[in-house]
This record gives sequence, C-alpha cells and structure tokens, in this order.
Amino acid sequence: MATVIVDVMPKEVLLDPAGKATARALQRFGDGQITDVRIGKRFELIVDGEITPKLLEHIGEIAKDVLSNEVIEDVVSIRAAD
Amino acid sequence: MRVGVITFPGSLDDRDALRAIALGGGEPVSLWHGEHDLKGVDAIVLPGGFSYGDYLRCGAIAAHSPIMSEVIAEANKGMPVLGICNGFQILVEAHLLAGGLIRNDHGTFIRRDQKVRVENVETAWTNKYTVGQEITVPLKNGEGGFIADDETLKQLEGDGLVAFRYLEVNPNGSLNDIAGLRNARGNVVGLMPHPEHAVEPGFGPDTTERMQSGVDGLAVFQSVLTATVLS
Repeated sequence: MATVIVDVMPKEVLLDPAGKATARALQRFGDGQITDVRIGKRFELIVDGEITPKLLEHIGEIAKDVLSNEVIEDVVSIRAAD
Repeated sequence: MRVGVITFPGSLDDRDALRAIALGGGEPVSLWHGEHDLKGVDAIVLPGGFSYGDYLRCGAIAAHSPIMSEVIAEANKGMPVLGICNGFQILVEAHLLAGGLIRNDHGTFIRRDQKVRVENVETAWTNKYTVGQEITVPLKNGEGGFIADDETLKQLEGDGLVAFRYLEVNPNGSLNDIAGLRNARGNVVGLMPHPEHAVEPGFGPDTTERMQSGVDGLAVFQSVLTATVLS
C-alpha cells in the first residue's frame, strides 16, 4: 500500500470567499502579520502496489478530470507520500 | 411530450420540477441517477438540491453518475436538457455548458425572489418568453457565482449564449450578472434561479396584485413542449 497526494487550489485570479472569511477571522489572532488565506484541497489516494510512472500518469488524468475543475481550480502537485 | 427529471442522492427540487412539468402540460417522468435508462423521454430536467452533499465540488460527483453518460450523449444529439441550480452546476461540471460556479462572493447562502431578464429566447426552454422580458422567480443558493475566463466570457456574450441575467441585485457575484446560459445549439440551458418554484398561484413569488401569485417560471416548462427534438 502506498499513498499519492494530490493538491488542488482555487485559481489565483478567483475570489476565494472561504479563504477571505478565514483571513478576516485570523485578524483577531496574532499581530496581524497574516494578511490573506487561500483554501485548497488535499486528496490522499491509497493505492495497491508500487507507485509507477504509469500510475502517476493515470492519477494525473483523474486529478485533471475529476478531482479538480480546470475552470476554477489548478492541480498544484501530485506526489508520493513520504 | 415526456419530460424526465433525474433524482440524484441529495436532490431537493425533483418533485417540484415534476409538478412544474405537469402544470406546463408535459408528461413528467421520474428518472434515477444510478440507472442507464432514460425511459424514452423527449427532454430532461436536472433539478436543484445538493447532490452528494456538494462533496468534491457542487455537481461534480453527480456529473459522473451512471445516467449522465446517456444524458450527455442525448444532449449532444439535440435533446432538450435543463439544469436548475444544482442541475446547472452539474451541466457545467459535465462540460455541457461553459464556465464554472463558485461560492457566493458574500460567503453566505441567499434566498430571495429574484428579478431576471430573459436575454435569449431561441432555446428549447425559453421560446415562450420575449427577448428582454423581466421575470421574477425564487433564487436560493450558496455556490451560484458564475465565473469564466475573459475569452470564454467574450464568446458567451458575443454568441448570445447568455440566457438569463440578474436585474437590480447581483445576488452572488456572478460575472456580467449572468444567471443562466444556453449552449450553441440552444437545446441545453442552465440557470441558478428556480423557475419550477414559480408555476402555481399561491406558491410563487409575490406580485403587485396578490401574495405568492407569481407564475413567471411556467413558460420554461411550456417552451420545451414545442421545442424541436433533433435526435
């Protein structure tokens, strides 16, 4: 068993209302050094057997077609877990 | 005409859509997301709600459900398909309509009787309206902000693919006040407001004449009856 991690983030040009609301809440903590928050998603895909280039290619397709919507999000990384 | 309404896990407005179809004069047919059987319908409505709890992205999991392979194939052959609210989100995730829908810019769920302008009447679902007609139908969504990149937006506007536009209030931060879209062929239409909630006196938005008497949404379900089925 191995784990592949896929990170998806909302596109930078888009307003991220969840991130904005969280950033506003964080103003109440600390000294105000945190100025903005962007919230994305981390998927952990548990796979059978070894992580091969072919498997990563397959996961790349799934990440693009299902795990993310390229109109509003970017797949920022696909990697094997340590 | 037989008009199907697909129920997904988490659909809310499927019964209302079935009733709206009957009130419009069509024959409503219930369809199930997990089957591949369209039961010989002539048109399809994807109803509002929160399919799969909006997990992953709103509409994303439903867009990959078994029955959607048939819906996409028939839509590409010209069958009229309407997506309302979550149904619009499903159509966008299924790439039958352009752009994307994200969380409302103000971050809260909104429910209001919304005035919209019918921008395009050359579709299977809007041909009983007149261009520029102003209608009021309920709106209720948390993720109704329509977005698209500049090029797509230019194309949508240039090709007359904006079907409905918000008037007076932009309730969710949608670009260009876009409330609903059509595809190039005009058989697929999606919108965030709910025409199926404005089809029966006593249960619609208020009008200047009488409380809850608004039936501005009914023409959507009458339009499809005379739509040419190309498939």
